This record gives sequence, C-alpha cells and structure tokens, in this order.
Amino acid sequence: MTTEAQKISKPLPAQQSSLPWLVLFTGWIVPGAGHVLLGKWIRGTLIFAAILGMYLLGLGLQGKIYTPSSDILDLLGFLGQLGMGMGYFLARLFGWGAGSVLLTVGDYGTKFLTVAGLLNIIAAVDAHSLANGRKAS
Amino acid sequence: MLTHFSAVLLFALCVSVVFGITQRADPKKMVRFGLFTFACLVGAVIVISWLMYAIKH
Repeated sequence: MTTEAQKISKPLPAQQSSLPWLVLFTGWIVPGAGHVLLGKWIRGTLIFAAILGMYLLGLGLQGKIYTPSSDILDLLGFLGQLGMGMGYFLARLFGWGAGSVLLTVGDYGTKFLTVAGLLNIIAAVDAHSLANGRKAS
Repeated sequence: MLTHFSAVLLFALCVSVVFGITQRADPKKMVRFGLFTFACLVGAVIVISWLMYAIKH
C-alpha cells in the first residue's frame, strides 16, 4: 500500500521525457511558445499578445532596462526583466528602453517591463506543468 | 495619449489574461478568473485613488 508521500514523489510519465524542459525553455525565450508547442494555440497566442503588449508599452514609455548590478533593487529588477527571455536580450542588444528613468512615465514603463518578465515566467512554468501532467489540461 | 487610468486598464487587462490562463485548468473557469482578476485590479485602484483623495482633502 502506497502512502500519500509516495504518491506525490512518484514521477509522472511525461516527466521522464525531455519535453517538459524543452517547453519551459521555449516558453521562456518566446512568450506563449511553450503552450503552442503543446498544441494549445489559443492560450499561447493570448499569452504572447498580453506579454508582448506589456513589453512594447514598457519600451514605449521609456522604461528602464536593468543590467546585473550589486544594488539589490536593481538586481531584482534585472531578474524580473530577464524573465522576458528573447525580449530582454533584444532590448540589451539594440539599446531599447532607457538606461535610467528620465520621465515620470518611465517609471510606469519600468513596471510594465518587469511585470511582463514575471508573467512570462508564470506562463512558462504553466506550460511545463501541462507538459509533465501536473496540470490537468 | 496614455493617461494614468488607461495605463492601469491595459496593465490589468494583460495581467488578468495571463493569470486567467495559468491559474485555472478549465476554459470557463479561466474566463471567470480572468474577469475576477481584472475587476480586483481596477477596483483596488479606484478605491485606493478615492482614499488618497479623501486623505488629501
């Protein structure tokens, strides 16, 4: 007879394949791509539109793009924005956004960019949970 | 031109779409939770704004 703890620790069938990790990585790099890989086109498209919308609004409002720093608040902002995956790297590569907040609305833009990154992490983890069977559908 | 309130509406819309999809498994529940999240975010902003107005005056 299996105990409750044994039931929880027992690996799910899909966990043995590399698909969940591929879905997690793809979902991080491109918002919604993890869901699209699993055949959930509507969810993937909605997530892509929502996160891309926040990202573009953040850039349009001249939000700050954080870089790795010893300052704890900057470091947290960097980790949040890193969640955007490709969007963060493109912004760094092409110098999009602002190096520091110069306008009042730039502060809003920074929040949009950081929350877009955090939402993308949630979406990628959700796709991972769907792939390994932890989430029903 | 983006006003403070329209920025709030866009922020709430995007957040509620992602929350609705990720926090529920059934499509109907996703829509309901998304609407609930949107209402909570916008409602909280309106209530806090009036509170700040009351404190100021």
